Amino acid sequence: MATKIIKRKELGFWDRTYLPAVGLGLWITSRHFFRNMAVHALHLFGFAKNLRGAETYQYPEEQRPLSKRTRTRHRLTKREDGSPRCVACMMCETVCPARCINIVAKENPDPNIEKMPASFDLDLGMCVYCGYCVEVCPEDAIRMDTRILDIAAYSREGMKLDMQKLLNP
Amino acid sequence: MANITIDGKPYAVKDGITVIQAIDEAKIDLPRYCYHPGLSIAGNCRICQVEVEKLPRSVIACNTRVAEGMVIHTKSPKARESQQAVLEFLLANHPLDCPVCDQAGECKLQDYYMEVGLYDPKFDDRKVKKTKKAFPIGPTIMLDQERCILCSRCVRFGDEITRTHDFGIFNRGDRSEIDVCPGKELDNKYSGNVADICPVGALTDRDFRFKMRVWYLGSQKSVCPGCSRGCNIEIHYEKSRPYHLKKERVMRLKPRENQAVNRWWICDAGRYGYKSIDHGRLVEGPLVGAQMNRAGTRPAPTWTSVLENLAGIFKKADPAAWAVFASPRHTNEELYLVKRIFLDHLKWGQVAFHAPGQEGDEDDFLIRKDKNPNSTGASRILRLGKPDEDITPILEKARRGGLEGLLVFGHDLAGIAGPQTLETVRQKVKTLVFEGPNDNPTAAVADIVLPAASYAEKEGTFTNFEGRVQRIRKAFEPVSGSLATWDWLLNLSGLLGMSLKHRGPEDIFEALAGENEFFKGLNYKKIGDQGCLLNS
Ligand code: SF4
Ligand code: SF4
Ligand code: SF4
Ligand code: SF4
Ligand code: FES
Repeated sequence: MATKIIKRKELGFWDRTYLPAVGLGLWITSRHFFRNMAVHALHLFGFAKNLRGAETYQYPEEQRPLSKRTRTRHRLTKREDGSPRCVACMMCETVCPARCINIVAKENPDPNIEKMPASFDLDLGMCVYCGYCVEVCPEDAIRMDTRILDIAAYSREGMKLDMQKLLNP
Repeated sequence: MANITIDGKPYAVKDGITVIQAIDEAKIDLPRYCYHPGLSIAGNCRICQVEVEKLPRSVIACNTRVAEGMVIHTKSPKARESQQAVLEFLLANHPLDCPVCDQAGECKLQDYYMEVGLYDPKFDDRKVKKTKKAFPIGPTIMLDQERCILCSRCVRFGDEITRTHDFGIFNRGDRSEIDVCPGKELDNKYSGNVADICPVGALTDRDFRFKMRVWYLGSQKSVCPGCSRGCNIEIHYEKSRPYHLKKERVMRLKPRENQAVNRWWICDAGRYGYKSIDHGRLVEGPLVGAQMNRAGTRPAPTWTSVLENLAGIFKKADPAAWAVFASPRHTNEELYLVKRIFLDHLKWGQVAFHAPGQEGDEDDFLIRKDKNPNSTGASRILRLGKPDEDITPILEKARRGGLEGLLVFGHDLAGIAGPQTLETVRQKVKTLVFEGPNDNPTAAVADIVLPAASYAEKEGTFTNFEGRVQRIRKAFEPVSGSLATWDWLLNLSGLLGMSLKHRGPEDIFEALAGENEFFKGLNYKKIGDQGCLLNS
């Protein structure tokens, strides 16, 4: 394989003092600050409506609008009778790069479906929200469309979802 | 000899073999479903089409004999097109079951579709359904008729190998279906093999059902310890998901081809005999004063302290008052160490390994009545002479109080001579030492318990009933607290002041081959995957 050797750029004297970079950073921050202060002040008096100032959402009282495709907490979809659509094919478990899905399969009482999960555990503490599991599922059984984003727990155990939690988000 | 050309390369092959045999010898991949080297030729799946120059049509490789000057193409456009068309027909009524099918990942329909699939299908989705989906047809096998491609391998297996004539193909046309003959159950002693030879997921193993996707499995070559035939096997164990690892490591056993021993098959007792590797093991580490420890009154001692303790006892022991029950389930290497330590060094006269009355069933195919994998090795290595191999006289002596100590490798005295005898022996013998992988009534009453690795957790060799030395290999580490028998025996020999400088089983085997004329000239390399016969 051909290799191309890229020479790292030597830092000059000023680079090594960090001062120009610090100055530049301060300049950008203050520019935004003063610009937004001016824009919002003008808005207050009914001027310059065509200029947009930076906004702050009063989270969590106020939710930020999400794009339709945003990947949020997982859920397992159900059949009409309420049983999981998942057939425990383990495609998602296999594809998951974070290895955070663990499925145990069992016999489905309906021989035409044949297989279903006995347990389906997903560790949100390890999940990287890549969405591969959704993409790979042949049954549309797992989705990331619950719009639940604020996931927090007091322990690692608390980040784990079992089948019940996944079926009823 | 016939000179033929396959895919542009010249080969000289035996006269009269079929084209597919020539292709296999040349190690070229060609799709096949109905052809199996161990069964008669059916030629009904039609996937193995090849192009032969100067013939007007492509022909099936499995039912065409080679002829001088034949020029065969397996991957030419014409051959490919025929294979594609056949596969398309085979899939016409095949359900889209891969997500729930246990065969997925090792299914020849999937594999060949990747190779010769017609990615622009010509059939619409109306499939002929069968009335029943998956259902058990016997204690070991599940049948799903919709997945069957009617290759008839299972029918021929029942007709030619087990001669139990279990399967038949019923009805005609696209309603034909495979089934067991009316009123029959698939319950012969080799039934598990039909799941191996079925190229698709129509016949699957009930024991393995939904246990694991096959791509998570690791595989290690080994030998079945179920009887003295020593069928070659592969141990399939959970490997790719250590982050989910449960208590069970071995998922299933599969036969491994060895024409001199088991050809392509194994019996069901062997196939499902793997449970003792993960269940009923001695997992608490070595125990001294076993009962006390198991009740949890003392912390478990370490191997070093137990072995030092043992060495102390053995050094002081009166050779006439101690006896060893060696095990025909141990490897040649371990038996050799037993010989060096107890017969040669400590000069104990009372060593035996054969437990009488333990024979099981036998047939004229694979199953042998001696259920130990290494009786031949034990008798060739310990060289006791036939009558002295039997443990009964020593046991009798122990029962009458003639023994001070007894070292038992794996045997269950209660099973051999009855619980009454075990109890008497227990009272009369001052020190009872038990070594073995699994718990049993003898282990429960022993003074010192040494947990050993199972055959899947160590390297070594077994000698089968006809004197074939075959290797077992380590699939994974021994369960917590246990050591391979050769391992602790080597340690013990050091503590006893012997100078055995072996690094491991391969080394021990070399030493054995150096001093035992039956094993002379053998080594691990020579034994290889297929084994090697002892010198007679
Ligand atoms: S989103 Fe990605 S990391 Fe998370 S469970 Fe799915 S596959 Fe795994
Ligand atoms: S890929 Fe879908 S059907 Fe398969 S195990 Fe995951 S959720 Fe279930
Ligand atoms: S069940 Fe399997 S082995 Fe038997 S005919 Fe059908 S595909 Fe072939
Ligand atoms: S015949 Fe013997 S060695 Fe072969 S699989 Fe059965 S028990 Fe194992
Ligand atoms: S393998 Fe040749 S016809 Fe089936």
